[in-house]
Amino acid sequence: MHITHSIASGMGGMRTAGDLVARMQMSRGMKIKEAKEYVASKLKVSVSDLADPVVMNEVREDLDIGRVNALPRVAKGIDAKFRIAELLGIEINCVNQFKDRIK
Amino acid sequence: MQKIYTRMGDGSVVELSESEVRQDLEEGTKDAAERAKIPSLSEDDLQRLLELYKCPDKSVGVEKGKEVILSYDSGTTKFNRVNVSVSKLQSLQIYERMLGADTMEMGHMDYSYKPAKNIMWIEQPVFEQALLVTIPPLFYGAMPNLGLYTQPDGPCLNPMELLPQGKISEARATQEEMIEHAVRDMVYVGSLMYESGADGINFDTTAAAGDADFLATLRAVEILKKKYPQMCIEMGMSGEFILGMHGELTYDGVKLAGLYPHKQVELAEKAGVTIFGPAVNTNTNESCAWNTARAVTFTKACVENSNIPIHANVGMGVGGVPVTETPPVDSVSRVSKAMVEIGRLDGL
Repeated sequence: MHITHSIASGMGGMRTAGDLVARMQMSRGMKIKEAKEYVASKLKVSVSDLADPVVMNEVREDLDIGRVNALPRVAKGIDAKFRIAELLGIEINCVNQFKDRIK
Repeated sequence: MQKIYTRMGDGSVVELSESEVRQDLEEGTKDAAERAKIPSLSEDDLQRLLELYKCPDKSVGVEKGKEVILSYDSGTTKFNRVNVSVSKLQSLQIYERMLGADTMEMGHMDYSYKPAKNIMWIEQPVFEQALLVTIPPLFYGAMPNLGLYTQPDGPCLNPMELLPQGKISEARATQEEMIEHAVRDMVYVGSLMYESGADGINFDTTAAAGDADFLATLRAVEILKKKYPQMCIEMGMSGEFILGMHGELTYDGVKLAGLYPHKQVELAEKAGVTIFGPAVNTNTNESCAWNTARAVTFTKACVENSNIPIHANVGMGVGGVPVTETPPVDSVSRVSKAMVEIGRLDGL
């Protein structure tokens, strides 16, 4: 069922900008239109590009904020989230916790 | 006249004429509108739904550009439930890399806050590890599940046994006691997981045990939000109608029993909920068209009355999805498209 909804209506997560738009809903309580416009402006892409996996794969590569395919020496977890927090101008809880732990 | 291949609310196949589907759509939206005193779907909306059910394609999807965010209840338990032996961490990586998840959720196999509190000592390290190696936002979720606080599983007398005996005041008193235990557990688990780095906490199937269940969750949300103002809290409901198992409980002066989604969200917002998930139960005696029209009617009113994102529940048996262990793609994708495009959702 997850797959059905994901294909029918989902943005696509890390394949696109779905995780980034989700973060704006979660951190700022933005509705979908506002969240998409905010992320698009931060990524310097159009709103329609946000759900395009071809465009977003290049954008994510350039910004090093995580891509689906496993490649050497690219951001894969907490490192990607450090960059995402800075890119979107939001606080990410686990990033802040990580910073506290390595002080 | 050509028949339309569709399904009933229990997933069984049925072939209906166009006029029968149209009638079901009208009756479904009318049922919701009359019950909740909200607008029924417009003629344009009904026509779009009719075209959706007339479409012979197995799977349908939203128009390009209308994609929304998906959040998942009890994400990591789903793999084990179908006997696929992967760890929680592996489940999350599958969601992240292979299922296109916009958000993810980890939860205890016994997906309620009461049992989850006993295993925080192992949940937290696994969760912290997951946060290091994944990228999408990660929730920790469970159900308030007030019923677990009744004997023999919990400390309180069972109101379901007291009510048939006519012991109304005793039944109310025990539910008030259950609320205290549940709030404590929800705040305990929510606090620990947020301190482990959670992006959000999810309360799934809120109000499953009625108005006491709803009140307990609202109170827990309020406490957590005061403790951690930045915490994202998702509240997913269990049904379109708050059952008055107690009958006299209020929150912020509003009686909880009898509330429909467009009123439930108002209280959720006041408590501090970030994302609200209305749930509309599927009627297995009616067609999917009837159920979808009804669910979209309730949901659309909820969206229009909300200042926070709305992620409608569209799992098995809710939101118009049939009540069957393996929900068919044709039904689920139609619910998905209808809810997003006509319901104007922010997510599912």
